[in-house]
Amino acid sequence: MKLAEKVRVLAVSAGAVTAVMAVMASQPVMAAGEQFFPALVYRTGPYAPNGLPFANGFVDYLKMLNARDGGINGVKATFEECETGYATDRGVECYERLKGKNPPYGATVFQPLSTGITFALTDKAPKDKVSIVSAGYGRADSVDGKVFKWNFPLGGTYWDAADILVQHVGKLQGGLDKLKGKKIALVYHDSPYGKEPIPLLQERSKMHGFDLLLLPVTHPGVEQKATWLQIRQQRPDYVFLWGWGVMNSTAIKEAVATGYPREKMYGVWWSGAEPDVIPAGDGAKGYNALVFLAPPGQGQVHKDILKYVYDKGQGSGKREDVGEVLYNRGMVSMMMAVEAVKRAQSKYGKKPMTGAQVRWGLENLAIDAATIKKIGFEGFMQPVSTSCADHGGANSGSVQAWDGKKWHVTAGPYHSDLQIIRPIIRASAAKYAGEKHVPPRDCATDASN
Amino acid sequence: MLYRENGQFKTSYRADQQMLPILQDRIFMGLLLVFVFVVAPFVFSNYFFLSILIPFLILALAALGLNLLVGYCGQISIGHAAFMSVGAYAAYNLVLRVPQLNFLVVLVLAGLIAALVGLLFGIPSLRIRGLYLAVATLAAQFFMDWVFARVKWFTNYAPSGSVSTATIDIFGFQINSPVRKYLFLAAVVTVFAILAKNLVRSHLGRAWMAMRDMDVAAEVIGIRPVYAKLTAFAVSSFYVGVAGALWGFVHLGSWEPLAFSITLSLNLLFMIIIGGMGSILGSFFGAFFIVALPILLNRAPDWLGIHLSTAMVSHLESMIFGALIIFFLIVEPQGLARLWSIGKEKLRLWPFPH
Amino acid sequence: MKKNRNLMILFAVLLAGLIAPLVTGASGAGFWVEVLLGGLMAGVLYSLVALGFVLIFKASGVFNFAQGAMVLFAALSVARMAEKMPLWAAMLMAVAIMVVLAFVIERLVLRPLVNQDPVVLLMATLGVTYFIDGFGQTVWGSDIYEIDLGIAREPVMILQSVFDGGILINKDDVAATAAAALLVILLALFFQKTKTGRALRAVADDHLAAQSIGIPLNRIWVIVWSLAGVVALVAGVVWGAKLGVQFSISQVALKALPVVILGGFTSIPGAIIGGLIIGVGEKMAEVFLAPIAVKAFDLAGGGIENWFAYVLALLFLLVLPEGLFGEKHIDRV
Repeated sequence: MKLAEKVRVLAVSAGAVTAVMAVMASQPVMAAGEQFFPALVYRTGPYAPNGLPFANGFVDYLKMLNARDGGINGVKATFEECETGYATDRGVECYERLKGKNPPYGATVFQPLSTGITFALTDKAPKDKVSIVSAGYGRADSVDGKVFKWNFPLGGTYWDAADILVQHVGKLQGGLDKLKGKKIALVYHDSPYGKEPIPLLQERSKMHGFDLLLLPVTHPGVEQKATWLQIRQQRPDYVFLWGWGVMNSTAIKEAVATGYPREKMYGVWWSGAEPDVIPAGDGAKGYNALVFLAPPGQGQVHKDILKYVYDKGQGSGKREDVGEVLYNRGMVSMMMAVEAVKRAQSKYGKKPMTGAQVRWGLENLAIDAATIKKIGFEGFMQPVSTSCADHGGANSGSVQAWDGKKWHVTAGPYHSDLQIIRPIIRASAAKYAGEKHVPPRDCATDASN
Repeated sequence: MLYRENGQFKTSYRADQQMLPILQDRIFMGLLLVFVFVVAPFVFSNYFFLSILIPFLILALAALGLNLLVGYCGQISIGHAAFMSVGAYAAYNLVLRVPQLNFLVVLVLAGLIAALVGLLFGIPSLRIRGLYLAVATLAAQFFMDWVFARVKWFTNYAPSGSVSTATIDIFGFQINSPVRKYLFLAAVVTVFAILAKNLVRSHLGRAWMAMRDMDVAAEVIGIRPVYAKLTAFAVSSFYVGVAGALWGFVHLGSWEPLAFSITLSLNLLFMIIIGGMGSILGSFFGAFFIVALPILLNRAPDWLGIHLSTAMVSHLESMIFGALIIFFLIVEPQGLARLWSIGKEKLRLWPFPH
Repeated sequence: MKKNRNLMILFAVLLAGLIAPLVTGASGAGFWVEVLLGGLMAGVLYSLVALGFVLIFKASGVFNFAQGAMVLFAALSVARMAEKMPLWAAMLMAVAIMVVLAFVIERLVLRPLVNQDPVVLLMATLGVTYFIDGFGQTVWGSDIYEIDLGIAREPVMILQSVFDGGILINKDDVAATAAAALLVILLALFFQKTKTGRALRAVADDHLAAQSIGIPLNRIWVIVWSLAGVVALVAGVVWGAKLGVQFSISQVALKALPVVILGGFTSIPGAIIGGLIIGVGEKMAEVFLAPIAVKAFDLAGGGIENWFAYVLALLFLLVLPEGLFGEKHIDRV
C-alpha cells in the first residue's frame, strides 16, 4: 500500500473519530409528554433462545397498550431496545445510554433480565434516581427496601424459589423431616445467578439433615459430561437445576445420557420454558420446573395483544409463540412496571412520571385480584403488594411438569418460609450496607421519597 | 513545514536525552494535556465519560502494560485479563481488610501483587516461546478465573461470588462523579504513561527489545534471558494489575470473575495490534478504537435514521467490527501508531513534498 | 536422554493418576470405565476441532482462531437447510458453502497478509471469527436448532455381568467416534495417496521449495481451508446432533487450544492423541480430583476441568517445548 493511501486512511479515520465525538456529545431530544421504558434485551449470542421470547412479550405489551388504550392513562408509552448479549459491561453501557432519554422525566425503570447486570446497576441506580426491577432474579437480599431503596425483586427471589423446591420435595417424601440423609444436587450456572440459592439451601440442609451437592457448570454450559458423571456416581435423590440458555437443554440431554430420571429433576423458574425442553425431545418428558406469577397459556390480555398488535403485523415475534412461558414472563414484567406508573400517577397526577415517582409507585404497588381481572391477566398473575420493608411483594410459586408437548401445573402454589428467609436477608443486606456505607432508611419517616 | 526539526540543535546531553526532543512534539503534548485536564471536563456529556472515556483510559493503561510485554519484549500473552483480575481482587481485599490504607497505596500494592503472580506465570516463557507461549498463558487466564470463582476468601464469602466496592476517597477527595473519575484516571494514566515511556528508553527497555528481536543473539551479547523476560512479565503485570484495580473500583463498582474473562484478554491483544506493537501512543489509539467502535457501530443505524431490529444491529456490529479489524491489519499491519508517524513524516515535508 | 526420562516420569505420574481411583477404591470398576469412556468421547470432539487447527497451521502457518466459528457456521448451515431438504443434501450444500468460505477467506484475508507476523495473522482470524459469528446469525438466526441424525438418545446398558451396575453407552457417542475415525482415515488416505495430498505435504515441509517446483501456493491454501471447513462441518454436525446447534458451540475452539499445544501444532496424530489425553484427563480430574479439592480447601464447587487441560498441556510443554509430535527446531544466530 502506498504512502499516500495510508495517509488518506489516516485522515478518514481521524474524520470519523471527530464525527463520533461530535454526535456523542449531543443527546437527541424526544418529544415531551411520553413515558419512556428502556428495554435491555438479548436477541443474539449464547442466551438468545431464552432472551428472544422474553423480549417479545416485554415490548408487545407496551405496543398493545398504546394501540388499545392510547398509552397509560393517556400518556403515550415509548420504548427503546438495547442489546446486552447477557454481558455485564454491555448492559451497563445500555443503562448509561438510556437512563437520560426522554428528558426531563428520564427512564421509567430498568429491567436488565440478568443477575450480573442487576448487581452492577444496583450501585448506580440510587445516584441516577431510577429503579431496578428484577422480577424473579437479581439479588435476593434486595427484598430489604430499607437498604436497597431502588431495587425491586418483584414476585419472588431465588431464595424463595430454593425454599419452595425444598418444601416440595419434602412433601413428596412425606414431610420435611423425612429429608434426613437424602441427597440433593444443585447443578448451577457458574455466575452470580447460579450461586444465589446456595446460602438458603445450605441453611435448609442444616435444618433437615440432607446432603447438598454443589455442581457448577461453566458459562455457557455446553460442557456437562463430568457434572452428570458425578451425578451418576453420587446418585442424588433430587437434582435442582439452576441454568439459563443452552445450559438447560444440555442438562436434560445429559440426564438422558446418564440415565438420571427426569421426574426427579426440578428446575428454577428460569429453567422451565419451551426452549429448555423442546431440544431434548422426548427425553424431557417428566421434567419439572417452578413457575411463578405467570403460567404459560393464553387469556384476555393475549387476545388483545393478538388483536391490536399481531393482526396489524406489528408483533415482535411469531404469532404462535404468544403465550409461551418466557413470553408471558416478559409481558408480566412489563405489566408490573406499567402498574407502578399507574400507581404513581394516582399520587402525582396523570402525566409522565419521573424515575423517583415511579419508585414510589413500585414501593406502594397493590396488584390485587380485582386489578388482575381488570387488566386481563386473570389466571396469569399472582397478587403482588409491596411496602418499604418488603420490595418483593410476593413469595409464592407452583411446580409444573412437561409432558412432551405442554407444561402442566402439577403442585402448588407454595409459599416460601419467611421465618427462614428473613434472617438471611437481613444479615446479607446488613453486610452490603456495611461494605457500601449505606445508611438504613427508617420506613416510618421515609415513606415517600 | 509545520513539523520540522531543522535548526533545533542539541547542545547538551540533557537536551539529547529529552523525552520529546522535538519542539513541535512538546507543544503538541502540552496542548493535549491542557485539553485532557482543562477543556475535556467541561465539554463532554456524562454518557461520554462513563461509557467511552473511563473505559478507554483504564483499558489504555492495561494495553500499555501488555504492550511492554508483547511489543517490547516479544513474549505473547493471551491471558492478561487474569492479571487484571488479580489486581482487582487484591485491591478489593486490601480495602476490605486494611481500610486505613490510602487508595493510591492500595493501587500500588495491588499492582505489586499482580506483578508477583505475573512473574510466576512468566516462568514457562524461559522454556517455550511464540504461539506455544501464547496458548500457555491461557492457563493463567482459566486458572485465575477459577480461583476467584471458587476460593471464598477472595470474595469475602459473598454468596453470589460478586463483590462490590465503596466510593474511593483520596485525602478527602471523593471520586464519585463521572468528571472526577475521569480526572483521577487521566492523572494516573498520565503518570504511568510517562513512566513507561522512560522505562522503554532505559537499560531494561533496551534489554527487552534485544530479547524481542533475537533472543539467542541477545543472550550472546550478555543479556540474561531470565532477567529480561521475567522483568517484562513483572512490569507488564504490574501495569495491568493497576488497571484491573481501577477497572473494578472506578468503572464497574461491582463485579464477578466473568468481568475479566478471555474476551477481555483478546480485546487487550486487539488493542495493541490495531494500535501498534512496541508503541506507547499506539496503546492509546488501540484502546480507543476497541472501546468506541462497537458502541459507534451499535448506535450508528439509529443516528442515520435507519430502523433495524435489535438483533440485526448487533449482528451487523459484529460483522463490521470483524471486517474493520481485517481491513486495518491489511492496510497497516504495524498499527495505527505507524499511520500516525507516517502522518508526521508527511507534515515535515508539507507543503513542498520534494 | 534427560528429556526422555522426564517424559517417562510425566507419563508415569499421569498413568498413576488415571488408575488411582481404581486402586484406592474411590470408584467401582464399572464407573471408572464410564468416566474413561466419557473422557474419550469428549476427547474425540476436541480432536476433531484440533484437526482443523492443525491442517491450516501446517499448510499456511496461520493459527486459525476462527475454527470454532467455522464449526458453528457449518452446523447452523446444516441444521437450517435440513429443515427444507433431506439431511444428506443439506450436508452437501454445507460442504459447498464451506468451500466458498475458504475461497473468500484466502482471497480477502490471507493473500493480502502473506508473510506477516504470526500474531497479525492470528488477530486477522479473530476478525474472521467476529465476522462469521455475526454473518451466521444474520443468515441462519440465533435460536437453538436441531440436527436429527436419527439415533436414539436413550443409553444402553452393557457388560452388566462383568461390572457391578453395568456401563452406560450412548449410541450417538459411538456414532461420533465412528465418524471421527472415518474422517481421520480419509484424511490420511488423501494425504498419502493423492497428488494434491502430496502437494499439501510438500507445502507443509517447505513453502519456498514447494513453490519453486511449481506448486501453486494460493490454490493449496484454498484446498486446506476447505478441508478445515469440512472437518469443522463434521465436528459441528456431531456436536450439534448431541447438544443442539446454538451460538455456544463456537466456544469449543477454546477447548481445542490445549489439545494442539499438547500434540504439537503440526501433527495430525498429535491432534488425535492430544485430544484423547485432554478429554480423559479433564473428566477424570473433575470427577475424582475435584471433590477432594473442594473438601480440602472449602471451595465453592469444583469445576477444575476448565483449567486442568491447560495446566496439563503446560506440563507437557515444560518437558517438550514443541509438544508431543511437534517439529524440533534449532536456533542459530
